[in-house]
Amino acid sequence: MNERRNKIATWVGFIIILVWCLLPVVWIMSLSFKGPGETAAGSPHFLPQHWTIQNYRDVLGFGSVTPGQENTNNDFLAALRNSFGIAAISTFLSVIFATLAAYAIARLDFRGKRFVLSLALAIAMFPVVALVGPLFDLWRTLHLFNTWPGLIIPYMSFTLPLAIWTLSAFFREIPWEMEQAAQVDGATSWQAFRKVIVPLAAPGVFTAAILTFFFAWNEFVLALSLTSTTASRTVPAQLSFFVGPDPFNPPYGLLATASVVVTIPIIIIVLLFQRKIVAGLTSGAVKG
Amino acid sequence: MTTSTATVATPKAGGHTGRKPMSDRSSAENRLGQKLVAPAVIVMLLVTAWPMLQALYLSMFRYRLTTPNDKEFIWFSNYGTVLGDSLFWKDTVNTVIIMVVTVAVELVIGFAFAMVMHRIVFARGAIRTSILIPYGIITVVSAYSWQFAFSINNGYVNSWFSWLPWVSADTNWFGSHWPAMFAIMVSEIWKTTPFMSLLLLAGLAQISEDMIEAARVDGATWWQRLWKVVLPNMRAAIMVAVLFRALDAFRIFDNIFVMTRGAQDTESSSFLTYRQVINQFQLGLGSALSVLLFLTVLLLAWLIVKLFRVDLAQARGES
Repeated sequence: MNERRNKIATWVGFIIILVWCLLPVVWIMSLSFKGPGETAAGSPHFLPQHWTIQNYRDVLGFGSVTPGQENTNNDFLAALRNSFGIAAISTFLSVIFATLAAYAIARLDFRGKRFVLSLALAIAMFPVVALVGPLFDLWRTLHLFNTWPGLIIPYMSFTLPLAIWTLSAFFREIPWEMEQAAQVDGATSWQAFRKVIVPLAAPGVFTAAILTFFFAWNEFVLALSLTSTTASRTVPAQLSFFVGPDPFNPPYGLLATASVVVTIPIIIIVLLFQRKIVAGLTSGAVKG
Repeated sequence: MTTSTATVATPKAGGHTGRKPMSDRSSAENRLGQKLVAPAVIVMLLVTAWPMLQALYLSMFRYRLTTPNDKEFIWFSNYGTVLGDSLFWKDTVNTVIIMVVTVAVELVIGFAFAMVMHRIVFARGAIRTSILIPYGIITVVSAYSWQFAFSINNGYVNSWFSWLPWVSADTNWFGSHWPAMFAIMVSEIWKTTPFMSLLLLAGLAQISEDMIEAARVDGATWWQRLWKVVLPNMRAAIMVAVLFRALDAFRIFDNIFVMTRGAQDTESSSFLTYRQVINQFQLGLGSALSVLLFLTVLLLAWLIVKLFRVDLAQARGES
């Protein structure tokens, strides 16, 4: 009896979680298929009355684009390029630096280890907006304002803490004796590293890379403050400026479509690597 | 683990006469360690410590970008101006309300989700995948999705919840203070509860089933087991989750920017700082706000750690 009640409760909980997590995503998908006529007139229906892919044509710029929307897709595609480029480069650099640091923290004894860990923790809690003023001033002097490096540099510093914590937790779990065992068995140090340590460390590095990429892909405050044109403006900033001529009647369909497009990479990454992401998020946080 | 290499090294070095305070090997290790962390430390300091010092310096000037020649050293009067302004306090109160409400709600919902995920034996992949979608989604997208959901002519909230006495077909959620704050908090809670629940799930997973079983055998009810066994044993996980989420919620910016642009007095401290610097070019005053924001976050972190005695080192597996 009790068992059965538990089972039902778990099932109900399962369905609630699914609805909670997916409803807003399904909602923007539904909106993205509503035509401009339907949203301009106001529609209380959840699903489109007339399904159309015109919004996707306008946002991505294929097929027959609605006259007057040519700039929308140019700007949006430029923002997508910026977002991918900036997120990829900052992830790459940040993970390299974090791997070096995490290896040292997990494996070596050196003075200042506590300092590095405390610094990382402090930066993880740092109010990013407090940097907007000084960085804005500094970046204009150094001609970094509105450039890719102007965003990549701060993204590296703000993703390093998470990457360092995650990676050092992973590295601590690696049975490093295996490296010596391989050497005893006749492997050179390089072979031991290449064939034994790299395969063990790779999942951790990869997880840190995913979390770093999410941060850079999502970041808004700095993207908004340190860019001014499509030369470096990323997707979140571009989306927030994407209001259209009438502020009281935003282009619902176009915004929803652009939102769906930028959510697709996230959904793909999550589908493929959910187990790793969960391990990475929790490994650094709670360890007995 | 961290000391294993050092202990391996000592027998070799210690075979010779006397014990030097630091053997060649361990001083080489010390240097290597410092070299390996140096790039990361430099990058982290470059973009935080240096601009923060810059902000401290700028905050003592009357300095507006539109009138750069009018730059004048005025000691701490910017701080006086900020602290004497009711807008600053109103925004601080807003931010604190958002922080307290969202973290409290997330803690309850996040714990319920964690319990379900802990218990569930089927579809673990599906549930992990769906819980990670809000976590991974861009906050601006979440804000739009909820803004449109609460929209007066295109949203579903008004039609789905019209059975509630205070909701009708023409409820304008963004027309007054509390409903707008509510919408902002819904978006914030939706997006960040998954993170909370994953941290709590990791805490739950560390409680031994035997202990709960023993309590059950002794006749403890479900409610007693929860309060007397489960929760006390995952205190570290709860506190880490609260600390991280509280400081994160205090920095709320994205949702407010997209959903209201600060209208209906929904501005947060972060939003005020941003607006002073970027829209009004008040670098001096804005820097004073930045410094105050930084100090507030430090104070909050200190308070949470002291109040709840969060042992971060222990929670993080550092001994």
